[in-house]
Amino acid sequence: MGRAWKFGDNISTDLIAAGRYYHLRSNLPELAKHVLEDARADFAPGVKAGDVVVGGRNFGKGSSREHAPVIIKLAGTRAVLAKSFARIFYRNAINIGLPAIVVDTDRIDEGDDLDVDLEKGVVHDRTKGIDLTFPSLPPVMARILEEGGLVEYIKNHGDLVVDAP
Amino acid sequence: MPGKTLVEKVLSHASGREVRAGDITIARVDLAYVQDGTGPLTFRQMEKMGLVKAANPARSVVFIDHSSPPPRKELASDHVYLRDFATKTGMVLSDVGEGVCHQVAFEKYVRPGEVAIGADSHTVMGGAMGAFATGMGSTDVAVALALGKTWLRVPESWRFEVTGSFAHGVYAKDLILRVIGDIKTDGATYMAMEWGGPAISRMPMTERMVLSNMAIEAGGKCGPQPSDEETRRYLREHGREADWREVRPDEDARYERTSAYDVGPLEPMVARPPQEDNVVPVTDPSVKGLRIHQVYLGSCTNARYEDIRVFCDYMRGEAVAKGTRLIVTPASKESYVRAMKEGLFGVLLDAGATINSPGCGACPGVHLGIPGDGENVLSTTNRNYVGRMGNPLAFTYLASPATAAATAMYGVITDPREV
Repeated sequence: MGRAWKFGDNISTDLIAAGRYYHLRSNLPELAKHVLEDARADFAPGVKAGDVVVGGRNFGKGSSREHAPVIIKLAGTRAVLAKSFARIFYRNAINIGLPAIVVDTDRIDEGDDLDVDLEKGVVHDRTKGIDLTFPSLPPVMARILEEGGLVEYIKNHGDLVVDAP
Repeated sequence: MPGKTLVEKVLSHASGREVRAGDITIARVDLAYVQDGTGPLTFRQMEKMGLVKAANPARSVVFIDHSSPPPRKELASDHVYLRDFATKTGMVLSDVGEGVCHQVAFEKYVRPGEVAIGADSHTVMGGAMGAFATGMGSTDVAVALALGKTWLRVPESWRFEVTGSFAHGVYAKDLILRVIGDIKTDGATYMAMEWGGPAISRMPMTERMVLSNMAIEAGGKCGPQPSDEETRRYLREHGREADWREVRPDEDARYERTSAYDVGPLEPMVARPPQEDNVVPVTDPSVKGLRIHQVYLGSCTNARYEDIRVFCDYMRGEAVAKGTRLIVTPASKESYVRAMKEGLFGVLLDAGATINSPGCGACPGVHLGIPGDGENVLSTTNRNYVGRMGNPLAFTYLASPATAAATAMYGVITDPREV
């Protein structure tokens, strides 16, 4: 269960992890205090463990900075939902164990109480009493996420294998 | 079976088997690199994986370019960590003053027909070499460095067929801004933007690089172009003609989409804030005559020697307008030295410019040209998001070096065809 924090379309990695905090990239807990600051200044101080970031189209566009999904996760966020994701952000989120879920976010409003069930592929909106289904990840990404991210995946398998059982 | 696209060819070669768009594959990585903003996290991930090694040290490069020289002790300490890690693993170090990773990689390391993975989104510029070049996050690049391979979904290709000749004052930057304006910042998400056609064949390498560089600005996974005689000339000029080989898509390749652009009628374009697809011709009343406080000639997109040359050809003899600052950051030491030796620094300094050492400079908003509250910047860079140049209360307009020069002279956004 978590609260929905709504964001618009085209949330860039500069909005998530601004260049003016570049010097905090090796101090992630400090950087996380500024997560999404230029998009919504109330997010970082207000987010609670289990809350959900809800974007529109093309969430995470721009740079390759993996710090962007890392600090969203570090802030306590359970998952990021969006109508679509920029490619690098999407892959980064899965690699660091943050569920990035493609779903029709127009049906979710600010403050809705959400429950994300990765196994069933359903977002329950408890406030509205509706279920939003989402397609499963490609198998290789699903396994990386299940195992807790790419670091754990490599440690578990000792190699990069895409057809592991 | 239809023929193969350029990416299908390169990724088949790198996979050691025939692959097609949509296939998931493990590809050999021929070149992997990080920069100082992404490298520390990459190396910490390698430590966590227990893989403090480079599969191919001579083809693994650590670039110090984004905060170079470092403006803060935290960043200087990141650089210490990067240098130590490079020494420990035998990776190549490109230190302070060498230039932007993608530019230096292009001059020295990227090869036609190979796979280049960089922990920076503008790695896509390597596509102009006829390579498969793409940006990834720190952990993916950690794996690529340590194991010399990566997993990929072979992208569908969108073919851009370019014909015609550019009019005076119009450049590749104007073409790519026009394309991004047409297809929007997520128009090519997950896709390869493959360039071809007679206008590309005639285009010098430095201009081709602009097109591949900004593929990411349309969401593209890569922006490959054929490797041809111009590619060979570029490599010869850089003392590595032996790296050249021809790479072309098959005539009967299957493209997911195709678009045709005739550059003949193209005008100089400007991307307004807050993103790269908010594009209008320079003649549009929303931009023409707009007061500009800072002109920035910098970045991997448009700060090569040739860009500085174009800028100076427009500026020659003129000073920067009162109330406008001109900041120039050459993309690499090669560009810096050549511009200096050919007297272009004199032209710039006489005009009133500030010249920074090679690197990313003001583009990613770390230092060396952060605009003030309410200020407008006309920049030859690639992104104009809120906060991109370090201040969420400033506004960035993207354009070509020619438009930047015309704008610097008058202090307002100016059509380079009118100066």
